Amino acid sequence: MPPPRNQSKIPHALSAIGVLLLLVSTTTTIEAAQSHSQSNLPSPTEFLQVLTLENHNTRIVVLSTTLLGITSGLVGTFLLLRRRSLIGDALSHATLPGIGIAFIVMVAAGGSGKSLPGLLAGATVTGLAGVLLVLTIRNTTKLKDDVAMGFVLSVFFGIGVALLGIIQKMPGASAAGLQSFIYGKTASMIQQDFVLIASITAATTLFSLLLVKEFTLLCFDEGFAAAEGWPTLFLDILMLGIVTAVTVIGLQAVGLILIIAFLITPATAARFWTQNLKYMLAISALIGGASGWLGASISALLPKLPAGAIIVLVAATIFLISMIFAPARGVLPRYFRQANLRRKVGRQHLLRAIYEILESKPHPLNKPVPNLPVLLANLQSHRSWSPKELRKLLRTAQKEDHLDPAPDGEIRLSESGYGEAARTTRNHRLWELYLIRHADIAPSHVDRDADMVEHVLDAHIVRQLEAELDNHHVTTPVPPSPHQITPSQSSPTT
Amino acid sequence: MNWTSLDTSIVIVGALCAVACALPGCFLVLRRMSMMGDAISHAVLPGLAVAFIFSGSRSSFAMFAGAAIVGILTAVFTQWISKFGQVDRGAAMGIVFTTLFALGLLLIVQAANHVDLHPDCVLYGAIEFTPLDSVAAFDIGNFTLNIPRAAAVLGIVLLLNLAVVLLFFKELRISAFDPELSTTLGINSNLMHYLLMTIVAVTTVAAFEAVGSIIVIAMLIVPPATALLLTQRLAFMIPLSAAFAAAAAFLGHLSAITVPTWFGFESTSTSGMMALAAGLLFAVAWLFNPTQGLLTKHFRHQNLSQESPPSHSAR
Repeated sequence: MPPPRNQSKIPHALSAIGVLLLLVSTTTTIEAAQSHSQSNLPSPTEFLQVLTLENHNTRIVVLSTTLLGITSGLVGTFLLLRRRSLIGDALSHATLPGIGIAFIVMVAAGGSGKSLPGLLAGATVTGLAGVLLVLTIRNTTKLKDDVAMGFVLSVFFGIGVALLGIIQKMPGASAAGLQSFIYGKTASMIQQDFVLIASITAATTLFSLLLVKEFTLLCFDEGFAAAEGWPTLFLDILMLGIVTAVTVIGLQAVGLILIIAFLITPATAARFWTQNLKYMLAISALIGGASGWLGASISALLPKLPAGAIIVLVAATIFLISMIFAPARGVLPRYFRQANLRRKVGRQHLLRAIYEILESKPHPLNKPVPNLPVLLANLQSHRSWSPKELRKLLRTAQKEDHLDPAPDGEIRLSESGYGEAARTTRNHRLWELYLIRHADIAPSHVDRDADMVEHVLDAHIVRQLEAELDNHHVTTPVPPSPHQITPSQSSPTT
Repeated sequence: MNWTSLDTSIVIVGALCAVACALPGCFLVLRRMSMMGDAISHAVLPGLAVAFIFSGSRSSFAMFAGAAIVGILTAVFTQWISKFGQVDRGAAMGIVFTTLFALGLLLIVQAANHVDLHPDCVLYGAIEFTPLDSVAAFDIGNFTLNIPRAAAVLGIVLLLNLAVVLLFFKELRISAFDPELSTTLGINSNLMHYLLMTIVAVTTVAAFEAVGSIIVIAMLIVPPATALLLTQRLAFMIPLSAAFAAAAAFLGHLSAITVPTWFGFESTSTSGMMALAAGLLFAVAWLFNPTQGLLTKHFRHQNLSQESPPSHSAR
């Protein structure tokens, strides 16, 4: 049996986790140090005020970021499954020329150029244009999604920078503040912003929930969806349209980096917790909402900390915890599962090897194989174990009470070890017989194939095998091997 | 329009930067990691902040070192998360760079208590001002040749990238197309990945400190993508993308000082227009390239349907 493939990666994984943890702990220390040095730790009353959203300003900020987190968690899940997480990045850069054009148009029309709906409309238009361009490049060239997104990001942003360069030199127009549009201003949100965010997030959430089935199909099997007659291109555009709406509204409210993080991090964190899309959507929305709420609350308590950055860091911390500990796909649980399986496989190989050696010694027919001491040298040459591996296996077997004390250079199975060895060998042979009978595998090949599967045979399958092989083979406690075992070693056993 | 020696040196700096970016950019595009440049240019913020806090000055070497280290760390963290967590690489990249940026923002807010360190002025150089900061001047007859600092820095980076690409061409190529094969041939594809990431990080940081981040992000992606539309061979793709990058730098600056005058404005940002020029070159290749171009295919299709015998086209 070849060792599990990523066995050697795990120590690296652990060191990686160590460094990442260090990074997060640095952040926490900074936060702590900051609040400490200024000795303005929030009092319990302040704490309660933030928690109960008493302050009008806090209420607006916390509710807005929570809503945005929930919605982008939902939408981000689909993006992650489409391998398009970074579209938020491309999109948010692609809105810049729209802001510039809207400003120029509004100034030319005689306005001040800073009307929020106008700028948002401009941003949405070029954002959508960017998204459509990504789809067109992907669908008409051999270039992949990442190149298309990078292209749109850089070229659109370049156009935007050039337009801003012109605007700054425009006579009679004050362009100050256009730049801050890109970076957002979480702490200074007003009622009007909240209403806008609430209505847009409600609409997009509703839309994505109504289209869950279609989007799921698109994510998992686009070709099948097209063959079934679904308008895949239209659905794709619709999905990215929803993303555009969320991005534009979030960009203005909370800033570029936060909205990118909101679209990626909760969904990726949720992926570690479940294999089921419905649960993943719910968990992702929960993580997004929780990081928005928690981050905004922390930043309200410690007003020196920018809300956007804190929210990103809260989401990143949740991601890291999920990546390490989440039971379904987290790194540590996966590592323990693999280690468990490796131990089980090693034990079964050892016991079967000992049993086969016992079997090869002369003993009266129709009697159970006697439990005698076995030479270590014999055992080692039976399978291609290195001395170190064998020592480790024997140590584990000792701990599991499968060995009795024996003189140096020999080992002897205990009562329970002998029973377990007989059972393991029996399972192996049953499975081999089944493969030879029903799967047409040549007797000379069957050993390795059986090796792969026998470790996961449970009692139920063994009973099924016994039923399938309804003849004299299974009446004996351990059926004879259907093929030669290590011919170089001893006399053939069949 | 009056073209001065300042314009010439801006174009030279732009072209050096563009070519320096296009070389590693080819491999980024082939490895489907195009967004790396953007990720690094956001992620270096904590490196800049830490370098500033520790050195207490805005000395460019400390800043450069801090940024380059964090740039490489971005690539390393991305690789770890996508490998150990089995996460899509784009998502891993997004998580890493947003987190690092947020961290940097916090650090800067701390530092700003004591001194003025605004993200904008640390992050973005401006190509228009590069000729004003020169490291050396030579007198050739009655003509003085100034070498801008940016040109010296970017020239060194370009030579470095060229050396890496030429020396490790075979290894980089095979590990970009088939990492498993490269491993079986005894070439450490992980090492190649990190080598590439290191030169991308160094290039990105050096270039955006000198000329601004948008040129870097655009030139890492767009010229290689244009070249990829035109050829299937890596040995052609690299020089082609370098040529497109240099052309974009020239056309970009030219249009930055001419196009706005048509509408009665003075001039606009050169870096933005360089990105746009690269995009237009891409559009030309996309529409007209001889084998796969959109319009080429359209016309070929039309010709085919006209030439086909009437018995087929009837009914």
